[in-house]
Amino acid sequence: MSGLAFPPGLILLLGGIVLPFFGPTGRRIVVLGLPLVTLWAVWSVPDGPAVTARLLEYEVVLVEGDRLSRLFGTIFAIMSAAGGLFALGNARTIELCASLVYAGAAIGVIFAGDLLTLFVFWELMAVGSTLVLWSAGTVAAYRASMRYLSIHLLGGLVLMAGIAAWVASTGGIEFGRMTEALSDGGLNSAGAWLILAGFLLNAGAPPLSAWLPDAYPEASPSGMVTLSAFTTKTAVYVLIVGFAGTQLLVWLGLYMVFYGIVYALLENDMRRILAYSIVNQVGFMVTGIGIGTAMAVNGSAAHAFTHIIYKALLLMSAGAVLHMTGRRKCSDLGGLIQTMPLTATCGIVGALAISSFPLTSGFISKSMIPQAALDGHLTFVWFALAAASAGVFLHAGIKFPWFVFFQKDSGLRPPEPPMGMRVAMVIFAALCIILGVAPGLLYEILSEPVDYVPYTGEHVVAQLQLLLFSGLAFFIMLPMLKRTLTISLDWDWFYRRLGPTLVKSLGDVILSADRTFRAVFLGLLRRGLEGAKTHYGPESVAARSWTTAGMVLCAVAALGLYLIFLYW
Amino acid sequence: MNDQRHWLYRPENTRKLWRWGFGILSASVLAQLVFAVHGHFGFDGWFGFNAVYGFLTCMTMVLFAKLLGTFVKRDDTYYQDRADDRRGER
Repeated sequence: MSGLAFPPGLILLLGGIVLPFFGPTGRRIVVLGLPLVTLWAVWSVPDGPAVTARLLEYEVVLVEGDRLSRLFGTIFAIMSAAGGLFALGNARTIELCASLVYAGAAIGVIFAGDLLTLFVFWELMAVGSTLVLWSAGTVAAYRASMRYLSIHLLGGLVLMAGIAAWVASTGGIEFGRMTEALSDGGLNSAGAWLILAGFLLNAGAPPLSAWLPDAYPEASPSGMVTLSAFTTKTAVYVLIVGFAGTQLLVWLGLYMVFYGIVYALLENDMRRILAYSIVNQVGFMVTGIGIGTAMAVNGSAAHAFTHIIYKALLLMSAGAVLHMTGRRKCSDLGGLIQTMPLTATCGIVGALAISSFPLTSGFISKSMIPQAALDGHLTFVWFALAAASAGVFLHAGIKFPWFVFFQKDSGLRPPEPPMGMRVAMVIFAALCIILGVAPGLLYEILSEPVDYVPYTGEHVVAQLQLLLFSGLAFFIMLPMLKRTLTISLDWDWFYRRLGPTLVKSLGDVILSADRTFRAVFLGLLRRGLEGAKTHYGPESVAARSWTTAGMVLCAVAALGLYLIFLYW
Repeated sequence: MNDQRHWLYRPENTRKLWRWGFGILSASVLAQLVFAVHGHFGFDGWFGFNAVYGFLTCMTMVLFAKLLGTFVKRDDTYYQDRADDRRGER
């Protein structure tokens, strides 16, 4: 199987570029077929460097395989197929193209063996995702895409600076473990910190987490499904490879977990609730990466895998509601279970999976992260993760289905969405349950050997108690969770409000200073001109007209003076 | 179906739903009698610990969110107004 001489990511990337030249049937075949070809290509990548090329004095490794990259490549290919199925017939062609390019670039990052290849695909991913966002075609989406692009170009810049420092100090471009270099103190340490910052920005880590809930909900119904999968999970992959065991990540991860919960509780827009919960879920993964043991890294990788499926499922369900009703706000929705039972059921399966209910995929993946905390005697981290698990059920597991499909009857009676959307939802709902019932399927392809049994009586009972009583808390506190027509300020306030305000007031200061200087200068100039006019103008002494007699007198006087000087 | 409300929305069923809900909650706690939950740290092994922990932490998170909301909540047109203002100025 070592014959593959083609980066798997390029299949989707090039497919996205040629897609517009196909007719409707051809497009269908490309959008659904290429991810399957990619899946085959992903599993054809052998361990170690597979495709190399020379660039200047460096040997770039375009494709390097291991168990972890094949795991992420697999889920990215599956996601691309299901996202395509959900989008076909509903999304614009430009969105289908951008989605393929975006997914291809993400797979390119996963298989990149060196920092230069990684960076190129990283930036292509930013471009692809911006185009996905843009293709929603609304003014709000355009503005959000520009904010999104600015933040990601900034991240790319930080990453590039880090890579430059790293390559300058170590002399090599290969991408590997950098955790130890963080505390070296030299130039390579600065490089490693900058690279870490660039990766964390894409993971939605603080303080710049707000780009995610700001941008994603403005995408089209199918656009957000695609967006939810790749950027943050690619960041999780590179963090696992480069920075497993960095203690700072434990605390950043826990912050993300609770940030997601609290902000989702305050939110009214159903897709923004789910966007906050992406940050929340990636927080679990980042915490696991920070713990860094084999169990923790397996947990993070497995959780990324299952998360992509159930989060896409939740967003498909929300996207179907948006597609059929044109509404996103919880305060406008409710009671949709009456006419959209399939969409509601799939949404509920996704909600149970994200909450880690037993028999769903979330249960078999997420529980490995607290288990790693337990093995490492990290008592505080374990209790924080347990509270966060309860909080996930609270903010996404119940809140999303309750406000959209149940609560008060909004009077809306939309039918179920088109066939493609329904099939995509059913496939992903089935995957959530299959992985939950047969965890071995996933455990077998994880990067480290798995020594973990999720289904013990104690674990199931403890988890059910935690979740069900979190549900009780939700219904008791329901009056406090009543939806309001509000948004919540986040760190993005600094660049969306304070920044523009400062720039505007700085502009005002410059403008008024400029106005004052000009007024003063013009005043001086005017006074000078007036003085000149008084002395030399037509009415001035110098310009006064003289009589002929006076002129003759002056001429005689001058001649007289001349004679006197002549004979002196 | 059209002239009659969905069964979830009929008032006589609300009580039934709550009763079922409490039934499931009690079952989850009583299941501990069959499957012993030992806890991991010594102080978390008592009967129904996870139920109490889940309930209290969620109450805390809701209250904290509510408190934070008083500082960070704004009208949902907060940023839009601003963007339209700026466009008007140009």
